[in-house]
Amino acid sequence: MTDTDKEKHGKKMQSDGKMQKIMTGYYIDAKTAGETGKKVAWITSGGPVEPLIAMDIIPVYPENHGAMIGASKMGADLCQKAEEMGYSGDLCSYARADIACSVVDGGPIGGLPRPDMLVCCNNICGTVMKWYEVQARYYNVPLFILDTPFSHTKYTDEAKRYVQRQVEEYVTFLEGVCKKRLDRDRMEEVGRLSVEAQRLWQAVLDTAMNKPSPMTCFDAFFHLALIVTLRGTQTAVDYYRSLLEEMEQRVADGIGAIPNEKYRLLWDNLPIWYRLKWLSQKFAAHDACLVADTYTSAWCMSLRYMTDEGNFLDSMGEGYARAYLNIGVDEMIKIVLEMVDKYDVDGFVMHSNRSCKPYSLGQYDIQRAVQKERGIPSVIIESHMVDERSFSESQTETRIDAFMEMIGQKR
Amino acid sequence: MITAGIDIGSITAKAVVLSDDRMLGSKVAFSGYNAQQAGKGIFDDLLKELEMDASSIEKIVSTGYGRNSVTFADKAITEIICHGAGAYYLNPEVRTVIDVGGQDSKVLTIHSNGTVKDFAMNDKCAAGTGRFLEVMARAMESDLDDFGPLSLRSGSPSKISSICTVFAESEVISLIAKGESRENIIAGIHESVASRISSMARRVGVKEPVMMTGGVARNIGVVRALERALGVSIEVSEFAQVNGALGAAVMAVNL
Ligand code: SF4
Repeated sequence: MTDTDKEKHGKKMQSDGKMQKIMTGYYIDAKTAGETGKKVAWITSGGPVEPLIAMDIIPVYPENHGAMIGASKMGADLCQKAEEMGYSGDLCSYARADIACSVVDGGPIGGLPRPDMLVCCNNICGTVMKWYEVQARYYNVPLFILDTPFSHTKYTDEAKRYVQRQVEEYVTFLEGVCKKRLDRDRMEEVGRLSVEAQRLWQAVLDTAMNKPSPMTCFDAFFHLALIVTLRGTQTAVDYYRSLLEEMEQRVADGIGAIPNEKYRLLWDNLPIWYRLKWLSQKFAAHDACLVADTYTSAWCMSLRYMTDEGNFLDSMGEGYARAYLNIGVDEMIKIVLEMVDKYDVDGFVMHSNRSCKPYSLGQYDIQRAVQKERGIPSVIIESHMVDERSFSESQTETRIDAFMEMIGQKR
Repeated sequence: MITAGIDIGSITAKAVVLSDDRMLGSKVAFSGYNAQQAGKGIFDDLLKELEMDASSIEKIVSTGYGRNSVTFADKAITEIICHGAGAYYLNPEVRTVIDVGGQDSKVLTIHSNGTVKDFAMNDKCAAGTGRFLEVMARAMESDLDDFGPLSLRSGSPSKISSICTVFAESEVISLIAKGESRENIIAGIHESVASRISSMARRVGVKEPVMMTGGVARNIGVVRALERALGVSIEVSEFAQVNGALGAAVMAVNL
C-alpha cells in the first residue's frame, strides 16, 4: 500500500455533520414542543413509533438520551445520583441515568422535554416497564404498555391476536390523549417511509460486506440515531439514502474505514458509549475492523416479518414482537451465524453488558455455538454501556490484545 | 540465540533468560508501584547474577499487566499468549493452562502447536485470584506460605459461600469466632477459589493434560482443590511462577 493509499482510508464521513444537524434540530423541536403546541411522547427504543409520527406527536427516546449521556461521559454521576435516590446499582444504567436526569435536569442537553404521555413496549426487556411506571408517576402522565409475548422460536396465532388487539388499543390511547382521530392514510404513508428507511439502513450496513469495509460498527453506532428516533419520516429516508450513496462511493473508490484492514470482526451487545473512541483506536491499531454488530441491525430486523406492506398497522406487530431481545437464544444464534457468514468475519467480540441482562444472558451459549459452528475465536469484555465506573481499561486492553494475538496466531 | 522475557505482574515482576532452548536463569521480585522501574530493576539484577551483559541479549519480550511500560523490550505480548508458550515449552503435551496470578486468573486451551485456542479471564473481581488469598491470610493472621500444607490437614473444609472478597472475609472472621479450626477454614478458602476458577475453566472446556502456572500454583492446597473440582490431575512445574516470563522469552525467539 502506498502512502497516498493509506491517507485515503479512515477518513471522516461527510454524513457525520448532516446527522449532527438533524439531531440538533430534532432535540430543539422536542424541547420547544411546549411553545409550538406539539405533544411529546417518551417511547422505548424498540417501541412502535410510527403511530406517534402519524399523529404528529414528537417521539423522544430516553435510551437515545442515555446513549448521549454515556458518550458525554456523564453516566457515572447520574447513575450515582439514582443510587442515592434508592435505585439499585444493578439496574440498567439507561434507566438509572434517565430517572436521575429527570430530577436534576442534567446530562448533555439539560434533560429531556417533559412528556405528555409514555409508550412502553416490553419487546426489549422487563426493566422498561418499571422504569416507565416510575416516570409516569413522576410526571403524572398516562402510560401505554404494549406487551409483546416472548417469541422463543415461533410467533403463534394467539400471540398475533394478542398483540394486534393492543395495537388498536394503542391507537385509541393516542387518540384519547391528543383528542383527535388517527388519519389512516397518513398512517400507511408513515409505515411506508418506515419500511423504506429500514431497507436503506440495512443497505448501509450491508456495504460492510465489502473488503475493505467502508464503515465500522462505531460508525453504525453513530448513524443509528435516526433509524431509532425518526423512523417513519421523510427526513430519515433522505438521510439514509445519502449515507448509502456516500458508502457506495467509498466502496467504488476502495476507501476503507480503517487504514489497513487485515481482520474483520463482529461486535455483540450495546456499545460502551464512553469508550467508543478508545475501542475503535485499539482495534484499528491491530488492523482490525469491526465491520458489523448485532445491535444496530436490530432496527431493520422487522423487515423479515413485514408480510403486508400495504397494511403497516396490521403487519407491524410481528416485527416488533420478534425483536432481537425478544427471541430465544437458538434464534439469536441463527442470526449471529448468518452475520458471521455474511460479513465474513475472523472473530467475535462480545460485550457482556452488566446493564442489559436480556442482551447478555445467553452470550456464553452463543459464543460456544459460534466457536463450534464456524471455528472463529471470540472474546468477552465485561462492562456497562453508560456507567463508566465499571470499566477497567487494563483488563479490557489485555483481553483485546490477547484476542488479536490469538487471531494473528491462527493466520 | 539468547532471549529474555520480562513479566510485570500486579504483585511481582519476573524475568527469564533463555539460550537456545535452555533456561539460563530466572528471578522474581516485588513489582512496587513503578512498573517501568520494576522491569529495568529485575532485568539488571538477573543479568548481574548470570554475569551477563545486556548487549548479549538479542531479543526481549515483555508481558503482564505492566508489559507496555517495559520500554526496552522489542515487543509486548499479553500474558495469555506467553503463558501458553511457557507451558508448551515445559511440556508440549499440555492442552490446558490455568494461570492464577495476583490480580487475575485465566484459563487457556492450546493447540498441539502451542498457539492459544481459547481463553477466559476472571471478571473485574478479586475472587479466584492471589489477592483473594492474601486478604484471607490477613484475616487469618497466617502466613500465606503455610496455607497449602495446613489445608491438607483439614478433615472437613468449611463452606465459604460468598464470592465477594469482602463478604468472604467476614464469613471467615465469623468462622474464626465460632471456633472453627484453622485448617478447615483455609481448606474452605481454597475450595472457594477452586470453584470460581473451575467454572471459568469449564467455560473454555478442560482438555488434559492440565498445567497450573502463576504464583498461586505454589499453593498445594489450591492445586488439590482444583483437581477435585475439575476431576483431573494438574501438573505444576517448578517454574510455575516465572512461566509468563519464560513464555515471553520463548516468544522472543521467533520475533
Ligand atoms: S435493560 Fe437493556 S433493553 Fe432494557 S432498557 Fe436497559 S439497555 Fe435497554
